[in-house]
Amino acid sequence: MSDTSKIINLTLKIWRQENGASAGAFKNYPSGPISTDMSFLEMLDVVNEALTRQGEEPVAFDHDCREGICGACGTVINGQAHGHQQGTTLCQLHMRNFKDGDTIVIEPFRSRAFPLIKDLIVDRSALDTLVAEGGYVSVNTGGAIEANTILVPQQTADQALDASECIGCGACVAACPNGSAMLFVSAKVSQLALLPQGKPERAKRALAMVRKMDELGFGNCGNERECEAACPKQISITNIARLNREFFKASLFSREK
Amino acid sequence: MLLDAKIPTGPLVEKWDKHRFDLKLVNPANKRKFDIIVVGSGLAGASASASLAEMGYNVKTFCIQDSPRRAHSIAAQGGINAAKNYQNDGDSIFRLFYDTIKGGDFRAREANVYRLAQVSNNIIDQCVAQGVPFAREYGGGLANRSFGGAQVSRTFYARGQTGQQLLLGAYGALMRQVKLGKVTMLPRQEMLDLVVEDGVARGIVTRNLITGAIECHGAHAVVLATGGYGNAYFLSTNAMASNVTAAFRAYKRGAAMANPCFVQIHPTCIPVHGDYQSKLTLMSESLRNDGRVWVPIKPGDKRAPADIPEAERDYYLEKKYPSFGNLVPRDVASRNAKEQCDAGKGVGETGLAVYLDFADAIKRDSLATVQKKYGNLFHMYEKITDQNPTERPMMIYPAVHYTMGGLWVDYNLMSTIPGLFVLGEANFSDHGANRLGASALMQGLADGYFVIPATIGGYLAGMANRNIDPKGQTFLATRKEAEGRISRLLAGSGKGAGKRTVDDFHRQLGLLLWEHCGMARNEKGLQEALKTIPAIREEFWHSAIVPGTGESLNQSLERAGRVADFLEFAQVMVVDALQRKESCGCHLREESQTPENEALRDDSNYSHVAAWEYTGTDTLPTLHKEPLSFENVQPSQRSYK
Repeated sequence: MSDTSKIINLTLKIWRQENGASAGAFKNYPSGPISTDMSFLEMLDVVNEALTRQGEEPVAFDHDCREGICGACGTVINGQAHGHQQGTTLCQLHMRNFKDGDTIVIEPFRSRAFPLIKDLIVDRSALDTLVAEGGYVSVNTGGAIEANTILVPQQTADQALDASECIGCGACVAACPNGSAMLFVSAKVSQLALLPQGKPERAKRALAMVRKMDELGFGNCGNERECEAACPKQISITNIARLNREFFKASLFSREK
Repeated sequence: MLLDAKIPTGPLVEKWDKHRFDLKLVNPANKRKFDIIVVGSGLAGASASASLAEMGYNVKTFCIQDSPRRAHSIAAQGGINAAKNYQNDGDSIFRLFYDTIKGGDFRAREANVYRLAQVSNNIIDQCVAQGVPFAREYGGGLANRSFGGAQVSRTFYARGQTGQQLLLGAYGALMRQVKLGKVTMLPRQEMLDLVVEDGVARGIVTRNLITGAIECHGAHAVVLATGGYGNAYFLSTNAMASNVTAAFRAYKRGAAMANPCFVQIHPTCIPVHGDYQSKLTLMSESLRNDGRVWVPIKPGDKRAPADIPEAERDYYLEKKYPSFGNLVPRDVASRNAKEQCDAGKGVGETGLAVYLDFADAIKRDSLATVQKKYGNLFHMYEKITDQNPTERPMMIYPAVHYTMGGLWVDYNLMSTIPGLFVLGEANFSDHGANRLGASALMQGLADGYFVIPATIGGYLAGMANRNIDPKGQTFLATRKEAEGRISRLLAGSGKGAGKRTVDDFHRQLGLLLWEHCGMARNEKGLQEALKTIPAIREEFWHSAIVPGTGESLNQSLERAGRVADFLEFAQVMVVDALQRKESCGCHLREESQTPENEALRDDSNYSHVAAWEYTGTDTLPTLHKEPLSFENVQPSQRSYK
């Protein structure tokens, strides 16, 4: 569609692994002719269609909405989660960002808390377990008060939404040398700490989610800022600072255990 | 098959209250004795799971994604309607009801739509209480914007990602119940069939998408919230995994399928640009608040948009529909875009696009203001097309987006199979022949938070709390059938003469439907589609290549199963479209037009819900009609002029 559309050819070095128990290895595939207007996943579709026709099993990868919002997709491209373009999910990374003749290394998110399932697919259910620990306001259906009796300054609502834009893709964990989920947890804790609705459970939430994070095998934050750089929604690490504050306050001054 | 809509008697405004009072209740202590299966974890499925679990039922929730938070509700951009009248612009529950039923071209039930408008306000309260960060005014109150098909501002939003924020609210509520042990969450599981015993829904058969294990799950009621079937068209704005399988399996087990030909074609999508494309991307309809739609007056004008002077531009929506302008309902906007392109006035490389121009809005309100409203949409557009919409008008074209048709349900949201409830986009109930913008989120959450918690009790209270044995005869037989289908898909793999991939077949079906069962339809085209579909299906079962095995994660096999069902389901869509010889809502039947080429509805012959009963793969389904009666609104020819 763009005026600069071109056809390029690439070499893909893709991680293949039958399942969590088997050994994996990189395998090389020629991409065939690729339009620079394609998204990265459309390029993988083309490669998979060719593999299928040759009777080979296509490369398994997670993906769904292809609009950058569901958080299903995500692999490591040339060493970077979601590829080198800032603020982009893999499905929104377009081939115009690569050059003819490039070799692209494609491997799964690697982290202790994300066991591999097959090829590029990993198990990120630990992130759901973290949310279950307190990433919500405990309000039953039907018990809500009239919406406009809760006033929220516009700036606060904006800040809360900045944090709540997290799509739960796990790139922050994959990018972190310690495999920490601090950015993910801090985004949820921040959203609810900023809003009046989240205040009653504020201390409990921070303590419970941080503890669970340790329990699930996520590492700790070493201020490397790799998470922020990899985040497709550009969630700021100021959220981690807020989480630390919330956690200390809760540990020292609250009655929550 | 008997279609009893169970609409409560009495005045419209009192029906829901009266019905809730008349329904039998399940005593709080007895609720824990009932198991409920919910399939799907989008707005409808997640909100239903959480609400039912809060009430005390034991809920098992299934989804095909790796996490319930990824359901496609997450991609809804624009907003959610409610009749709060915060803008003091004359809105009311009755106006929201009226706009919705008129927007649906008078093909929905009055009672259902009125209930939807009634609970719309509770939804906003609920979501705000959960901490959904809706847009706010400077004073801290909730902000609204306007949307197509309405002349009041009643849409609540969170930038261009309202669906995401609402779903995260419902997902939070769901995960809270997981933690409390009231919901068992089963992700990466696909429902392959419904188990019906003695005419009643008793459970489901699923495939574990990681291990390939086929499993049986029993319950006292089954709730389907599995979304729409837009992917029948191959290219649509739906997520890649969105499919009709669960709903279609229920149809084959006896649930009536209602109005399957009612498919919404969304006017503002990024145009198709290559044959490798696997899905289309929607640009929120809210853009039409500030964007002006135009094409060059002269057909075939290939000049860059900036080089076309004002006098040579045709702002056709503003000209034709002065009172609604660019905010006409989706069907009208889509049809007019097609009409302009058919007349050779389409723009871009393919000529299948029209401009959506923000230059005037930027001049009027400043670039910063426009960016604040639509920044993330502009960003998304630029990533995909490599063009900046604040410098050069966006190019848009209609694409399949939402399906108003779905499994038939009564006022309780129960299908024609007792014990099988259907919520959200998967049912047919509230949008008639066309859905207004910002109404899908409203309906999904209305069904899940407020309707099903009330109505499911009425069903469960009436049944003895019997033990359901997922190792019983019927379960085993249903499971065996599901296993058989999987072996057939793998066995047929590429044996036929012209081996083709599953996507290849899917694309072929999609093109056929888009051509003959899309925005404009006629008898001849539909007949041709009806003849072609069985041939594609036949070839599919012989020549589709399905590599790998059934005993492990196999995405080719998953896709093949879904496409196999689309290939059968498409036939029901076409049969329904053939039967409905009127133009209505989202589609134009070419034989039924006014002298000005506007859609002509035929109330004397088609004021009914068409519910189809399965009779076999190779035979046509049987039609049952549920007549629609209008006591509170007068069906009129829609006019947005």
